Amino acid sequence: MTETCCIVIGASHAGGQLAVSLRQEGWQGRILIIGDEPYLPYNRPPLSKTFLSGEKHVEDLLIRPEAQYEKVNIEVMLGQRVGRLDREHKLVLLEDGTDIAYSKLALATGSRVRTLDLPGADLKGVHYLRDIADVESIRPSVIPGKKAVIVGGGYIGLEAAAMLRQIGMDVTVLEAADRVLNRVTAPELSAFYTRVHGEEGTDIITGVGVSGFSGNKRVSEVSCADGSAYDADLVIIGVGVIPNTELASEAGLEVDNGIRVDGRCMTSDPDIAAAGDCTSHFNTFYQRQLRLESVQNAMDQARVAASALCDKPNQYNALPWFWSDQYDLKLQIAGLSQDYDELVLRGDPGTGRKFAAFYLRQGRVIAVDAVNSPQEFMFGKQLISRMLEVDRADLASPDIPMRSLLSRE
Amino acid sequence: MPVITYISFNGAINDVEVQSGSSVMQGAVDNMIDGIVAECGGSCSCATCHCYVDEAWVQKIPPASEMEKDMLECVLEPEANSRLSCQIKVTDELDGLVVRLPESQF
Repeated sequence: MTETCCIVIGASHAGGQLAVSLRQEGWQGRILIIGDEPYLPYNRPPLSKTFLSGEKHVEDLLIRPEAQYEKVNIEVMLGQRVGRLDREHKLVLLEDGTDIAYSKLALATGSRVRTLDLPGADLKGVHYLRDIADVESIRPSVIPGKKAVIVGGGYIGLEAAAMLRQIGMDVTVLEAADRVLNRVTAPELSAFYTRVHGEEGTDIITGVGVSGFSGNKRVSEVSCADGSAYDADLVIIGVGVIPNTELASEAGLEVDNGIRVDGRCMTSDPDIAAAGDCTSHFNTFYQRQLRLESVQNAMDQARVAASALCDKPNQYNALPWFWSDQYDLKLQIAGLSQDYDELVLRGDPGTGRKFAAFYLRQGRVIAVDAVNSPQEFMFGKQLISRMLEVDRADLASPDIPMRSLLSRE
Repeated sequence: MPVITYISFNGAINDVEVQSGSSVMQGAVDNMIDGIVAECGGSCSCATCHCYVDEAWVQKIPPASEMEKDMLECVLEPEANSRLSCQIKVTDELDGLVVRLPESQF
């Protein structure tokens, strides 16, 4: 009898956790992680924060040291891209021509940056921010006093802007929508972040569409559709990500804005699981099909997928949560705020740097954005998952402890 | 290298070597010790690395920041010796540290 082998494609948060969880769940056979980057699984969130600033180094980012994979007999093949899956013969075909047989397969292929197809986008000095190599290529251009233009006012763009500003660059953020973070937060939050960035000396310009980049070999100017132009020594584009679903769709797996997985994180093939940014699942809490781009989702789905691959019961029903660090602001987000019909503010986003915004739908909290307010975040999570009806006046009163809101069932 | 003892809720004892400069959370994750989830990777954002520091060691560890204290008030079963293990930096002086892990991080 040949040995069983589980191949994990993707070596980031989801892939690394999935492999480790397989061992913890008792997988006896071979485990092989295949990753296209030359690094072991590493923490991505610091890339736009402490890794960009140079405070953290590659070895600080690794989620686990190399020795730990060896210790539990997890093989890791790095710098290799998978070209194709042959589900009929249960083979993974690498781009270099080799094929490897699997008994079970896990797809943790993640997502890649959405690129802008604009004139001059290939000039030196124009960057995206997704992996270690991106940041390493950005770093030489991070020079105090020089001008940085950030295209896109989402979390990545704002985090990069904050870090570059703190290092002493002259930073401008260009956002096409009429406010930053428009896809994920209430206008009150957008106004708050715009104010704080302004106080820190970062210019945020909204309602402006970038039309191209120019310069002699190296970028020196960003031009916009309205005729305005901004000097730039460094440009970072952060306009979202696209899930890496091609391997799955070419192999005939069900894909719908992400590789479709069930509550056990299994795909439409009973021998193939998937986890992380590349997946789309029906979220029982929000009652809709979701694709989440977060560490929490990657790690939690990885654990559930590992259980399923070992034929153990486990269901994915975690509440989504996210965080973002900018300047001295720690934003912790629980839940998804889309479709809210009422916003309750606890504290004043117009002054200071500490408040929480609760998103309600039909009287129940469905999400919270907590700025430097860990208790609002932590108890807010419980309000959401327990679907409690809350007294709006109490919720809006910072003097009434969050804990007491939970005890009124 | 400092040795840290992790005692799981079910009583399982793990003595592991953790490099100075690393964190008590990282020591648990590196050694696949159940009971520490550490979703946020150590940025004091999730409170899923809660542990109880053995009484003999409480005074030998730098106190928690305001942020950490706030987070600790919200974990399940907080105690006076509760800490977020990602915020405990391992030093040579902590050789022999004993931490107990809670039943659940959620």
